[in-house]
Amino acid sequence: MANVLVCIKRVPETSGEILLTDDARDIDARHVGYTLSAHDECAVELAISVAKATDGEATVLSLGSDDSVEQIRDALAVGCTAAVHVEADGSAYGPADVAAAIAEVVRSREAGGTAYDLILVGNDAADTGDFQVGVRLAYALGRPVLTGIATVEVTADGRAIAKGKGPEGTEVFELPLPAVIAVQEGGIEPRYPSIPGRMKAKRTPIETVASPVQPSGNGRVRLELPPAQPSVVEILGTGPEAAGAVVDLLYRLGVVAK
Amino acid sequence: MSGWVLVLVETDSLEATETSLETLTLARGLAERTGPVELHAVLVGTLDAAVRATVLAQLGDQGVTVVHHAQHDELAAYSAAAWASAVAGAAAASSAGVVLAAGTPRGSEIMAHVATRLDTTMAAQVVSVADVDPLLVSRQVMGGAVLELMELEATPAVITVAGHAVEITPAESPQQSEVREFTPELIESDLVGRVVRVEEAEADDTAALAGARVVVGAGRGAGSANGFGDLLELTDLLAGALGVSRVVTSLGWRPHHEQVGQTGSRITPDIYIACGISGAIQHWAGCSSAKTILAINTDEDAPMVTKAHYAVIGDLHEVVPAINEELRRRTG
Repeated sequence: MANVLVCIKRVPETSGEILLTDDARDIDARHVGYTLSAHDECAVELAISVAKATDGEATVLSLGSDDSVEQIRDALAVGCTAAVHVEADGSAYGPADVAAAIAEVVRSREAGGTAYDLILVGNDAADTGDFQVGVRLAYALGRPVLTGIATVEVTADGRAIAKGKGPEGTEVFELPLPAVIAVQEGGIEPRYPSIPGRMKAKRTPIETVASPVQPSGNGRVRLELPPAQPSVVEILGTGPEAAGAVVDLLYRLGVVAK
Repeated sequence: MSGWVLVLVETDSLEATETSLETLTLARGLAERTGPVELHAVLVGTLDAAVRATVLAQLGDQGVTVVHHAQHDELAAYSAAAWASAVAGAAAASSAGVVLAAGTPRGSEIMAHVATRLDTTMAAQVVSVADVDPLLVSRQVMGGAVLELMELEATPAVITVAGHAVEITPAESPQQSEVREFTPELIESDLVGRVVRVEEAEADDTAALAGARVVVGAGRGAGSANGFGDLLELTDLLAGALGVSRVVTSLGWRPHHEQVGQTGSRITPDIYIACGISGAIQHWAGCSSAKTILAINTDEDAPMVTKAHYAVIGDLHEVVPAINEELRRRTG
């Protein structure tokens, strides 16, 4: 039986246009909305599949404002069975702060009898892209860690077999549990929530805890939108009649094999 | 900022990787702006003699004065913690003020370990250095759609450098790098997360996609899993690679290893022919480094079209076959 904790983050949608707040300290996502990072979605899916395969439980945890409950419910709707919301103003937190807070919550829950064999996180958040929360969390808990992992299985004798893409092919790792694994998109397809799943998610209690750390910050001075590229798109034509102009361009760029 | 600047250099089967050379170029600029600061490099693991000679010549060209070369029997199989132990050892030996690596999967992973071990701050996906005192960097957030100006107070600062953000330039005064071999102190826990085996990659053209001179892109406009015939033919005619948007892999039309974007490959072709792709930020993060972008789209207001250098307004299922025919006609 493997108890899995999956840590997720509410992030702005990246499908629409990005606006900054007036003080340029943050993304203004009021109009585009929020979602889970793609990597986090896969971490949730892996947590559920590992828990099911081992008769364990998949618990979702998110550190952030009250709005994070929306993403917690999404994870409950696809099959997580317990939830912890660590209340905090995430914008004041750096990756080291987030890791320290989660580690402290994990320790206090373990002291209370709820231990996690496997902790999954997304490899890097779609917004801040820090690439380090999983590693810092593992060191804080004194556990082994892997990043960039696409699939995880837990064996009957309590080891995690993890696979991820390496420079020469698929790399296979075997970790003793408990362990921390940072998950990357590509190995599994996240499932969509069912209607009964959504109903159940609404009824599942979410345990709320105050963040146990004082954040030391993330060094952010301000955000900037990259200089807009001069909009000088040259329209080569409309429909199939443009083919000649396209091929002319390909020759000009020297990309047509002689 | 004080102390030397140290760069972890990754190698492939032939030489130092392109992204490592980009990182060295950025690091050298940082060292030069800081004052009389030396540029050091760290190599991890045993290298074939010919590769070693090539790499040392590349590092000399980049102005590296000292190469710390970590060797240990236990470094034969990759383990991020062991690599980090080696880098942290070199950082201590060179009194590093800043430690850098390319923002590759490995570079990012190792630097996260290094920053944690050295109890310091890490800035990921840095594109430029804005100031050196205090150290201010500009880095990619939101998959590169937004830049964050970040201050790094703690020393040593740890930085990963975004791929293709820096143009490789050689040092004005090349160096004959001094090589210092050392044996990192590894403990058992450094080896727990090591690679136990590598499975043969299946038919997976990820590397080909990342390095392709021509990439033909396909998005929702392909219409279905059967909508890729003409696109694949164009890919063949141009000896390029097929790259797809996240929608296409999410719908199961094409495998994930063909995905271009924030959670897929980042491409740098001479031309990217984006067919039926709207150009969401997730996708733009992976294709914006293309030298030329040609968008083929029915919607002239799609972001992919407005951000492209060239565009054809039309249905890819009509335009692409016409391009294929014209190419076949001219190449005979």
